[in-house]
Amino acid sequence: MKWEVVMGLEVHAELSTNSKIFCGCSTEFGAEPNRAVCPVCSGMPGTLPKLNRAVVEYAVRLGMALDCEINSCSEFDRKNYFYPDLPKAYQVSQLYAPICRNGYIDIDTKRICIREIHMEEDAGKLIHSATGETKMDFNRCGVPLLEIVTQPDFRTADEVIAYLEKLREILLYLDICDCKMQEGSMRVDVNLSVSHAGAELGTRTEMKNLNSFKAIKRAIEYESARQISVLEKGGFIVQETRRWDDEQGESYGMRSKENAQDYRYFPEPDLPPIVIDDEWLRQVRDSLPELAHQKRERYIRDYGLSEGDAAILTSHSNISQLLEKIVQFSCSPRETANLITGSLMRLMNATNKLPEDLNINAEKVAVLVQKVSNGEINRNVCNDVLEAVFTHDVEPQAYIDEKGLAMVNDENVVVEAVITVLAENASAVSDYSAGKEKAFGFLMGQVMRKLGGTGNPDVVKGVLRSRL
Amino acid sequence: MTNKYSALELAEKIKGGEMSVLDAAEMYVPLAKENKHNAFLAVADISARVEDVQKRIDSGETLSPLAGVPIAVKDNISTVGIETSCSSKMLKGYTPVYNATVIDRLEQAGMIVIGKLNMDEFAMGGSSETGNAGAVKNPWDITRVAGGSSGGSAAAVAGGEIPLALGSDTGGSIRQPCAFCGVTGIKPTYGAVSRYGLIAYASSLDQIGIIGRDIEDCAALFEIISGYDEKDSTSAPFEFTCTNETKTPLKIGIPRNYFETGIDEDVKQSVLAAAREFEAAGAIIEDFTMPLTEYMVPAYYIIACAEASSNLSRYDGLKFGYRCENADSLAEVYRMSRSEGFGLEVKRRIMLGSFVLSSGYYDAYYKKALQTRALIKKAYNTLFKRYDMILSPVAPTAAYKIGENIDEPMKMYMGDIYTVSVNLAGLPAVALPCGFNTEGLPLGFQLIGDSFSENKLINAAMLYQNRGC
Amino acid sequence: MEINQELISYLENLSCLTLSEEETLKLTDDLGKIINSMAKLSELDTSAQQENEFAPDNAAINPGNTFREDIILPSFPREGILKNSFANDGAMFIAPKTVE
Repeated sequence: MKWEVVMGLEVHAELSTNSKIFCGCSTEFGAEPNRAVCPVCSGMPGTLPKLNRAVVEYAVRLGMALDCEINSCSEFDRKNYFYPDLPKAYQVSQLYAPICRNGYIDIDTKRICIREIHMEEDAGKLIHSATGETKMDFNRCGVPLLEIVTQPDFRTADEVIAYLEKLREILLYLDICDCKMQEGSMRVDVNLSVSHAGAELGTRTEMKNLNSFKAIKRAIEYESARQISVLEKGGFIVQETRRWDDEQGESYGMRSKENAQDYRYFPEPDLPPIVIDDEWLRQVRDSLPELAHQKRERYIRDYGLSEGDAAILTSHSNISQLLEKIVQFSCSPRETANLITGSLMRLMNATNKLPEDLNINAEKVAVLVQKVSNGEINRNVCNDVLEAVFTHDVEPQAYIDEKGLAMVNDENVVVEAVITVLAENASAVSDYSAGKEKAFGFLMGQVMRKLGGTGNPDVVKGVLRSRL
Repeated sequence: MTNKYSALELAEKIKGGEMSVLDAAEMYVPLAKENKHNAFLAVADISARVEDVQKRIDSGETLSPLAGVPIAVKDNISTVGIETSCSSKMLKGYTPVYNATVIDRLEQAGMIVIGKLNMDEFAMGGSSETGNAGAVKNPWDITRVAGGSSGGSAAAVAGGEIPLALGSDTGGSIRQPCAFCGVTGIKPTYGAVSRYGLIAYASSLDQIGIIGRDIEDCAALFEIISGYDEKDSTSAPFEFTCTNETKTPLKIGIPRNYFETGIDEDVKQSVLAAAREFEAAGAIIEDFTMPLTEYMVPAYYIIACAEASSNLSRYDGLKFGYRCENADSLAEVYRMSRSEGFGLEVKRRIMLGSFVLSSGYYDAYYKKALQTRALIKKAYNTLFKRYDMILSPVAPTAAYKIGENIDEPMKMYMGDIYTVSVNLAGLPAVALPCGFNTEGLPLGFQLIGDSFSENKLINAAMLYQNRGC
Repeated sequence: MEINQELISYLENLSCLTLSEEETLKLTDDLGKIINSMAKLSELDTSAQQENEFAPDNAAINPGNTFREDIILPSFPREGILKNSFANDGAMFIAPKTVE
């Protein structure tokens, strides 16, 4: 009988707020140990939490983007356990009344249901020294997290990756998390069990320390194979947390002490319920940016772009923003899309410029697009000017004037150039007469060269044909 | 014994130049150092502070009606540079690096914090015997307890060692020691005074309050310490100013069933006599039956212990306070530090709290207690539609002997029967002395009001206290 | 309910405490009495109450949403943060060497 793998995900997204969830300390990554710490986040006796409004707002934004129900009255709970990275010995989280419930993300093949999104505080960092001591740095204590929990809707690693890519795209678009897995600002735990299709779900394990999509994929493959082999040998699966070791390419069970905890969750008495009224919901909804998939649909529908171009143009918010800014200068969306997906992308690749660093002046690019559409410059010239704008931020009009790049439409000028070229290239002319069409292209290039690349290709073609 | 001057009188003399801030401090510091009743745990170095306040007064700055007056605070209120141990070995040597909001307010008001006051360990108890500094002695009979957990605060005021003190009340911890020591106290509405810097016992019940010689002093101090604090999310937008309130006739409810069983006859008689005094002064007195009484103590202990078990988890020997020696593993550092650092009563409540929150028992105990609490709150809401306030005993007995009940937690817990529902419902109350029993021990009663009706309670307390004046 | 040794040691684990033999005896007895008296609540009909009556509602005037704005405030000097610790290296708290 065939085994079926069933997975659910818990993703922790570290929010890109300025300050921590319950105090004014900075959330900046990489500060000196215990420099971004105060009595509140280090858990000194008598201190009290005060909730950062932005954390609630970010949670609502994500909830709306994932089509969740937003809880009009949500509450914080305390999750109690002893560990040196948790100075209060409880984590303020949400169990009984999380802020968002019942959303979904559609991936190509299916719909993944989001069970809940809840807000919580991050723990600190422990540094284990060679001498056996453990050192505690509380900078990360109180950095806000959203935990996004799915239903056990995944069957393959590819589905998991497709979901994570979508989720990451949404988090980036909403500008609430930088999603750097290496820095731990997006952390993924995979709950996995195997069973025979149609049978009751098997015992699940939870995998942690998955620091890249590649690691996630490998860990899933490893763990499914491990569970299947245990079961096929007649063994049983222990419900446990397993740590993935990417170098060894295997996972191992963490000490049983860390498993099967009784966290004694109860409502956090130091924080009143969070009330989200319709007015607040409306404000957040109004401020919500259009998400990538919505943009793609709009580009195809309103701009008449191909699916492929729409996908490239929405791959990063800087790219789609550039497109939309240019289109606002009443440029043709298709002409603009061609320019971005063609010449601009080539320039970026050649110079190793990442979309997040793209800072080209949209208005200047718009000028170029208009000039191409109006027949003021030809496409080759356009690419040259674009490069000058891209690298030196030149003024397109001045640059065109200075270099004399305006398109030559005057037939008399073209005729003059054609006559000269035909006189200078007698062998090519005879090749053409002998039926070699290739020679036409060569002659065309020579004429364009004579015209400094600025000739109107249609005019040049017509004159050349009639003169041959 | 007892204070020669009230705090307000002292402030008047200081303001008038009749007495210096230093003179006032020197009346009390030696008594605090002598520490006859074991009420003080620490005496602060105040010379710079005294000088500063004197300068400000001399320059004509109006600080507050209590400027220059010495005060002492319960040892669970954080004070920069002064050890704040909650009377626990666990926090021996812990000196906060930040001030509780109330301490900042006292300083702005020009009051002089001269020391820290003894209490039950982590405010868990009703006798001030469980702390690591030993029992507080009742100034009226030093073989008896001062009550608790703010026993040091009540004893210091009753013994004339300080004109005013701050305490905290989680289940009666201001009112009961007031009754045992014959002094006056205010347990404010939950949210009226910032809890920032109050070392938590049970966060949803804890409230900082006042113990003083008379209600006028308490009211003046309440004006200073109350008010919204942005650092405390449960702080209410409430600004208190004491004004004359002459609503007539005052309607006072008496929970008849509080007087039926389990109460000492002398307590009963003196509290009922107090009710008659109100009647004589024109109030309407009406009996009613307080509902849910048998559920109050269980609900209180479930909620308080649950919160305590979590609040006290941060004491682990790693970041502050006591650390055991010779542990073999990190887990053992935790367990040994906590086992050696906490006293028996604290361990009992932590264990109880862990129990009521643990999987399998949460619904039957903790959740049920929260629902009971909601019912109690509703019952009070109904009562305050009929009455301006409720007059009730504070404790079923007068002060008992030191050591008498220490091994009987159930008996101790039942002693909280008249006080805990006020905390469960977040209500304000004032505790007032009402005479003595045949052994010469003071007795007291409380007036319980609707949320944020402190002004009404204080006016009623003045009416009672100044009767026959 | 009966408070047995198993429950006591489970609660010790959750509470991160190790009781002495004497304390165990005393607390087994005390907890038995107290927990049984707390069970009194089961008699009370609370079915009319909401699913969860949360503690913060205790604030008589529910203060409503009391948020901080997302503004960075200066952190506390590190010396102060570490001041009361048993052991630190000037930058971090140090948990003791462990033999595990």
